[in-house]
Parts: sequence; C-alpha cells; structure tokens
Amino acid sequence: MPVSNTRYALYVLVLFALAAAVFYAVFSAVAYPWNWSGVWKYREQFCYGWLGTMGLSLVAMVVSVAFGFLLMLGRRAPWLPVRMFCGSVVELVRGSPLLVQLLIGHYIIAQALHIDQPLFTGIILLGCFEGAYLAEIFRGAVESISASQLEAARAVGFSKAQTYRYVIIPQALRRALPGTTGQLVSLIKDSSLLSVIGIEELVQKVKIMNAANFAPLEGYLPLAAAYLVVTLPLSHLARRLEGRFAYET
Amino acid sequence: MKLETHAVTKHYGAHAALDGASFATGDEARVIALLGPSGGGKSTLLRVLGSLLVPDDGYASIDARTLPHDEEGALNERRGNGFVFQGYNLFPHLTALQNITLPLREVHGMAETQATQRALELLHRLGLEGHEYKRPSQLSGGQQQRAAIARALAPKPRLLLLDEPTSALDPVMTGEVLDVIRELAEAGQSIILATHEISFARKVADWVVFLVGGKVQESSSAADFFTRPQTELARQYLEGLSKYR
Repeated sequence: MPVSNTRYALYVLVLFALAAAVFYAVFSAVAYPWNWSGVWKYREQFCYGWLGTMGLSLVAMVVSVAFGFLLMLGRRAPWLPVRMFCGSVVELVRGSPLLVQLLIGHYIIAQALHIDQPLFTGIILLGCFEGAYLAEIFRGAVESISASQLEAARAVGFSKAQTYRYVIIPQALRRALPGTTGQLVSLIKDSSLLSVIGIEELVQKVKIMNAANFAPLEGYLPLAAAYLVVTLPLSHLARRLEGRFAYET
Repeated sequence: MKLETHAVTKHYGAHAALDGASFATGDEARVIALLGPSGGGKSTLLRVLGSLLVPDDGYASIDARTLPHDEEGALNERRGNGFVFQGYNLFPHLTALQNITLPLREVHGMAETQATQRALELLHRLGLEGHEYKRPSQLSGGQQQRAAIARALAPKPRLLLLDEPTSALDPVMTGEVLDVIRELAEAGQSIILATHEISFARKVADWVVFLVGGKVQESSSAADFFTRPQTELARQYLEGLSKYR
C-alpha cells in the first residue's frame, strides 16, 4: 500500500527524534567533557583530508572495477591454469584482512620493487582488495545470463566478443549494479585503513587533530558524518539506477 | 535442397540426444518437418543442421556440402541461417527494432539506415506496426515470436530453422504465427521446422523426418509419410496426435 508523503515525513521525524534521544542519553551517561573548539580550529585540515579520501577512493574505484573485470574474465578463461590462478587470487585476497595486505604490500612488496610512493601503493592495494570482491559480483551477474540468451546470441551469428559486448554485459550490468555500488561504498570506508601506511587521508588528519587538541574522540563524529555525506547518496543513486534498468527478462 | 546426415551422435552428459541418426531427403526438399515425440531428438537435429551444435560423431551435409565442425566454420555457417526458438529468445534489453538491426549491423555489416529500413519493412509485414519501439516484455507471446521471426528473416537467410515455434503459445497466437510461417513457405523460403502441429506440417511440409529415441525412424516425402507411414511407431504417433483434432 502506498504511503502518503505527509505520513512518510512524520515517520522520518519520529525516528530521527528517537535516535537523537538515544544518542543524547548514551553520551550524557558517560559525562564526557566535550571540547569542540579544537575541531573547529582544524576545519581546513579536515576538509583537505576529506578531499584526499574522496580523490584516492575515486582512483581506487577505477582500479577495482578494471581489476575485478579482468579477474572475472580470468575465472571464465578456457585455459585451466588461468582459471586456477585467478581463482586463487580472489580467494587469497578475499580471505585475508586488508590491514595485513596493506602492511605486507607496502613494507615488503613495494620495498622489494623499489616503489617509494605510499599513495600509489595504497591505491593499488585497495583497488585490488575491492576488485577481488567485484570479480565475484561480476561473475555471478554474468553466469546468471540464461543459456537461451547465449544460444540466441550464437544463432544471430555473434562472435564470442560480440556476445559479451551486446548480450552479456548490458544484461549483467543491471544485475551487478546493486552489489557493485555496495562494494564501492565499502571501498570508501575501507580507505580509512590507508592511514596505517602513512597516507594523509581523512582518518589520519582526524588522528592528528585529536592528538593536537588532547581531545581523543571529538574528531570522530564529524568523521562519520563526512563518510555518510558520500555513502548515503551513493546508495540512493544505486536504487535509482536499479529502477532505470529494471525491465523484465 | 538435399539434406543428409550420416550416423550423427550428440550426447548431453550420459544422455544421447541423437544416437546415430542417419537420413537423406530428396533433392528438391524445401520445407522439411522434423516430427516425433518429445525427447526424440528433433531440437538437437535441428541445431546440428543449422550449425548451432557440432555433433560428437558423424556429419551432416546440405546439397552434398559437409557442414564444418570447427568453431570458425560453424560460425560462418550459422551467419547464413535464421533461427526461431520455442521461447522466442529475443534480447530483453533491446526494443523489437533493435533486436533486428543489431545483428544486421554488427554481423552482416549493414549501414544503420539500411538496417532500420529492412527491420521496419519486416515488422510491418509481420503485423507489428506500432510495436517497433517496445521491449519484449511489453509484447504478447505471439508478437514476440513474430518479432523473433522478423529477426531471423532480416539477413535473408538461405535456411530458416524453427524449433517448436508455437509450443509456448495459446491457440489464437499459434494461428497468427503459423499463418506467417505458411506465407514464408509459399513464398519459396527454405525451412526446417521441428513441430508438434501435425496438421500444419501436413499442409506446408514437402518432406518429413520422423525421430524417436535419437534415431531417424522414417524419412520420406510428406505425401507418403502422412498417407502411408512405413513404421509401426509412425502409425501410432500419427493416430495419437490426430485423435482430438
């Protein structure tokens, strides 16, 4: 049953008030001595950190989609060793913590290759980590295309490449979209771990800010808000796109 | 056109869909009906004759030309054929028009304007005026199947292969689609048709291949098959099917 706009707004208001009340009760119970003036002083640094996070996330997204697509193709390759290799990469990357991958990637692999660019290493490592998840999302979407569609593609005379381009990818795209957007939201949040290899993104800036102000927690609330400002609209966009691609099969 | 297969075998796992199927039509066969009970191998034989499937063993030939078994050769062969399936198999993300123009442009190298012109001409001829820009999900089953026939006909195929094209349709839509196929047959199109529509096959086919259990039981002119079936299996099949029609 459709709900009227006024009723919808009312529900939003009530839920918001409830959440605020719970929030207030929890924070007043611990009687934390808030000190917001320090946070305000560092607002510029905070914004730089936010831009840094968004910038590197954006580049890592491109890397992750490309890497995920290649891994998906590799897992469907006709030659068994390629399938085995790509399958192992996916399982290893998905099965171990990003923190460990960042530390080993930065302090061992990058050093061995004489790459002294933490930002570059970090973006590649983050892109590969999320790409391994995307590979599985893409693979699920591609394998959900029915055999009759593939037969129709063969019947009209499409080559393998044409079948991917005109039949599989357009239909798989729509099925992969919700999972992909969710993964990109995760990517933005996971980028916070890049602070461990010394990249000055948002979390690193907030840590510095908190330390300078002797205020251990204040910075983390605007930090959470700064992530939500991007992740919530992204989730909303995903739902809109889903609607746009929603034709029946 | 003379169709021939020699000991064609095709397995799906352990199941043999075709189990040494051999037959030859007369030299002048043009509308060939593949008949027989479900699971008899009609659809598989149709796909082998259209180069959509390559047999595990044996070979098929058209006018004494053996069909290639390599991927490249089979693809080239398929590009000269038109296929229509039981489940229509239109591309759901494309409009009726795009379903036809996309293969024309990408497979047959036709220019956009020519392809659109050819597609519109066919859609109108098949009674789909006003439905050109609809997606398959917005069309009825009969309309989808006619759009699928238009897609198959668009590149002027040497051979049109139809795999139980009316099995998913109600009687009214079945009539619409059979009318289209009969017009094509009467206009001189070479057709291979796997079907359960026995009275339709009797009207349009000039040759019948009767399959049971992956083997060809009978291959004869339509006139002979319907009036003087040679095997007991064919007699039973014809009797069973004509009981209520």
